[in-house]
Amino acid sequence: MSDILSMTAVEARAALDKKTISAVELATAYIAAAEETSSLNNYVAVTADHALSMAAQSDKRIAAGEAGILEGIPVGVKDLFCTAGVASTACSRILQGFIPPYESTVTANLWQAGGVMLGKLNCDEFAMGSGNETSAYGPAINPWQAGDGVDLVPGGSSGGSASAVAARAALMATGTDTGGSIRQPAAFCGIVGLKPTYGRCSRWGIVAFASSLDQAGPFSRTVADNALMMQAMASHDPKDSTSADEPMPDLSAALDAGVKGMRVGVPREYVMDGMDPDVVALWQTGQAWLRDAGAELVDISLPHTKYALPAYYIIAPAEASSNLARYDGVRYGLRVEADSLDDMYGETRAAGFGEEVQRRIMIGTYVLSAGYYDAYYLKAQRVRRLIKDDFDTAFQSVDAILTPATPTAAFPVGRTVDDPVTNYLNDVFTVPANLAGLPGISVPAGLNADGLPLGLQVLGRPFDEATLYSVGRVIEDAAGFSATPTRRAGGTS
Amino acid sequence: MSVDKTTVAKIARLARINVPEERQEQLASELNGILDWIAELDQVDTDNVEPLASVTGHGLPQRDDAVTDGNRVDEVLANVPETASGFFVVPKVVE
Repeated sequence: MSDILSMTAVEARAALDKKTISAVELATAYIAAAEETSSLNNYVAVTADHALSMAAQSDKRIAAGEAGILEGIPVGVKDLFCTAGVASTACSRILQGFIPPYESTVTANLWQAGGVMLGKLNCDEFAMGSGNETSAYGPAINPWQAGDGVDLVPGGSSGGSASAVAARAALMATGTDTGGSIRQPAAFCGIVGLKPTYGRCSRWGIVAFASSLDQAGPFSRTVADNALMMQAMASHDPKDSTSADEPMPDLSAALDAGVKGMRVGVPREYVMDGMDPDVVALWQTGQAWLRDAGAELVDISLPHTKYALPAYYIIAPAEASSNLARYDGVRYGLRVEADSLDDMYGETRAAGFGEEVQRRIMIGTYVLSAGYYDAYYLKAQRVRRLIKDDFDTAFQSVDAILTPATPTAAFPVGRTVDDPVTNYLNDVFTVPANLAGLPGISVPAGLNADGLPLGLQVLGRPFDEATLYSVGRVIEDAAGFSATPTRRAGGTS
Repeated sequence: MSVDKTTVAKIARLARINVPEERQEQLASELNGILDWIAELDQVDTDNVEPLASVTGHGLPQRDDAVTDGNRVDEVLANVPETASGFFVVPKVVE
């Protein structure tokens, strides 16, 4: 039984089908693991009864020969996803106690495929943050530590998801990625995270942050597990008008396709001041791995890269200020009573939103306000087109693009930062894919000098997640990443 | 384009967030830090570039104009802070 947490999802699926383990045993082991690692604060709620009842159903379906592709696999859910009958708060005070009467399309797809819900996972408030430090539930902690034993952030905004999967407190987890919120925490926690093409996963039932950028995606410990989960999550959904009617190919076929003859771009602009030299070295090593596996590495230029972050920090807050207008104390969530309707709105939102969320709503309101709309918002949208054009041009001559996932490894919790812009720089390598709507995967590829994990990012053409899994698998095999974090469940095995 | 206390108060009002006066100065300085950095975009020549609002490449689909859902008053009101007779209750807005 001690090995049960070491199984990949693919291995667990095989063991469940052979009946060497049961779904209830697997769920029980993960519930215990979540409790064992509770000091990491990566769950905001473990739904043990719910998990055991879903697992019992899975065991019945397995016995009846009706197993789905995720049958019996324990999955953690970012608290941004609405789950029917289970509190869903986006880790914000303003949604405390909100119990959705409906299920998000993505989680419904996972349960339809046989997945077992373990609980809800910590994240930055309304997914606004890069360290999981803006959560109303307090920060989630990275299971990895450097020699000094200082608590590190798991990244964000899907920090609880990445922390739980890395700590073996969940076998898989959902995340959302608006500017890097899946890929950056995956890199910080030494696991695999994929942001699909915009439109691949339905946004219905996911608390909205920036609707033209938000995408749900999977976290897992291996590339093969990630492809399995992605297969189950994606669907065309009429309830999301931006959902794409594009058939998803069989992703398992991509896993062993290799990269022979593939052209992989290396963008010369993906270098910045303050980058960890180990990140630069790992990027070069990654290029060598792909070359050795038969890919042709191509020097490319994405000239507007440096403008992606400032454009993002206009577009995302603008969309957020509009999306978050719905939290007004009238229909759900927190309400602070006041004499007038306006003061009831104003006091409710002042008490319910944290500092970073307020800051972004204010920026968004400002850039959309009369007199500034053209100078900021339309300007940012024009730059967004140039960024997308850069990628369109690059993908005429390459099949995939290799970059670092993050400029550095995970940083300490509570690192004092006077200026919010410094925190925003974490997303420098991930934001461009959101602006262009492209899929991107982060794969753990090595450790830095402090023994902390680093990830490589692969970007692909729209709807070509399959190529990302082919390249990701080659990186995974070449890296042979087998290091494990100290603060994980069953730590000694 | 620099933001002062008065502008912060105006934005806060538009955003319906009651920001106490003692926080306005600090917020103005934080917002200016962000806006100064965003101003980097002025270096980009965007003449004759169309704004990009959506990357989907397809227009918004239209559905039949038909009722597909409804009769869910209890669910709609399940999370409401204050309700009466099947309505949302808010402070008095008309004297």
